[in-house]
Amino acid sequence: MKNIFAVAGVVIKELYRRKEFYVLFILTVLICLIMASVNIFNDKQIVRYLKEICLLLIWVSSLVIAITTTARQIPAEREQRTLLPLLAKPLTRTQLIFGKFLGCWLACGLVLVCFYIFFGALAASREHAWPLLNYFQAAFLHWMALGVVVALSLLGSLIFAAPSSNSTICFVIVATILCVGRYLDLIALSLAEPFRSALYTVYFAIPHLEIPFEMRNLIVHDWPLIGWNFVGLDTLYLLAYAAVFLIAACLVFRRKAVN
Amino acid sequence: MSVILKTEKLRVEFASREFRQATKVALTGLNLEVNAGEVFGFLGPNGAGKTTTMNVLLGFVQPTSGAAYLFGIDVRQPIARQRIGYLPEMTYYYKFLTAEELLRFYAKIFGLPRGETDKRIDQLLKLVELESARKRPIKSYSKGMQQRVGLAQALINNPDLLILDEPTSGLDPLGRMKVREIIQRLKNEGKTVFFSSHELGEVETVCDRVAIIHQGELKAVGRVNEITGAHASLEKAFLEIIGYQPQTAP
Repeated sequence: MKNIFAVAGVVIKELYRRKEFYVLFILTVLICLIMASVNIFNDKQIVRYLKEICLLLIWVSSLVIAITTTARQIPAEREQRTLLPLLAKPLTRTQLIFGKFLGCWLACGLVLVCFYIFFGALAASREHAWPLLNYFQAAFLHWMALGVVVALSLLGSLIFAAPSSNSTICFVIVATILCVGRYLDLIALSLAEPFRSALYTVYFAIPHLEIPFEMRNLIVHDWPLIGWNFVGLDTLYLLAYAAVFLIAACLVFRRKAVN
Repeated sequence: MSVILKTEKLRVEFASREFRQATKVALTGLNLEVNAGEVFGFLGPNGAGKTTTMNVLLGFVQPTSGAAYLFGIDVRQPIARQRIGYLPEMTYYYKFLTAEELLRFYAKIFGLPRGETDKRIDQLLKLVELESARKRPIKSYSKGMQQRVGLAQALINNPDLLILDEPTSGLDPLGRMKVREIIQRLKNEGKTVFFSSHELGEVETVCDRVAIIHQGELKAVGRVNEITGAHASLEKAFLEIIGYQPQTAP
């Protein structure tokens, strides 16, 4: 485990010493503060729109950080040749993959903490309320969903040589899952065989990230907490998908030439 | 004298990615033995198979046939790498880390205790003359400084065997001399050094024994004076061994 934590530590250092997070955080803060300063039509419910846009920006920023940070990990190690001295030490390839995953995932967790604290402060400044448990549920499931995204990007970085192509493909896949993933079964119903079965297979094979994504509505509309057993089940579901992608990444990396 | 590094009938073939292209034989029947405490030079022209041999020894490349051992342990086992240090050719270390952080990271992988790590980092940064730059990010280092950081990371675990792939490649004369001094110092400390180089003058100065490899085959192995033989220099002997025919001017 010490090797995995050592690799993860370097990934976290990389995140806070690079500019991406700061740029995205400042952009999100600026957009939200500008929006918070205006009150169109004197609408008392406008804070809901503000919260919705702020949460959407947090989702977009966290996905950008998760995918771009993860997508460059192994390609950068190969390009800079740092992979050679690293694997010449008593570190297995599996430990390296798990270390990279853990580092990226923990880094995403830290990013989410910053974003949700800002969101909480912004919402509290308008509503004078701190529904901490709602924020915790939303942020926690958001982090679990990012675990799947990080594992998927890590697998992609071993298949696609260029981080840019991997990032683009991962963005398209994640955006498709978030936007149309939940409707695939309905679309399948309107199709003839064998397309129906094929689409059903895709529907059941893809990781469904819509529950964490839709947790935004709970916060925006001040709905009550969802059951903790439901949070637990969704966590297990998302962790299982992350594990599948990680195992696939380990298998691909085992066969990959490092030089 | 105990054998620290050993290869037995090592053969490495690389499958071509081009359609209907023959596989490339990178190494064939390589038998090598390096004894404890010696500085062993591994020579050969570009593409001879030096880096491939090192890649097999470090477990980066699986041999097609044959076997390689470090300290009597099959190189495919990660534990075989516990007592070695490796400096690859032309590596750019993590730009966002300082030299101290980089060494601390590698020390963690070797499981060194914190107190020992601090002591070791101080010793190594002094050895490679980077004490004053220890808190600076590596991205601000010159090429020579980066190479010296590389040497420091290779020594972090106080290895018994050091594998260096062209350690002086791309360095200025001063940088080369410093690396040579460090190798000499390691030799005096009783460390085993296995290194490849194109600087034959340097090899002549620091090596106890050398091996010459050409087109994946071992052509000669022995003490420097045995290889040089009747030739004026190691360079002349090297050129003859690899079958170089000088072209006469028309």
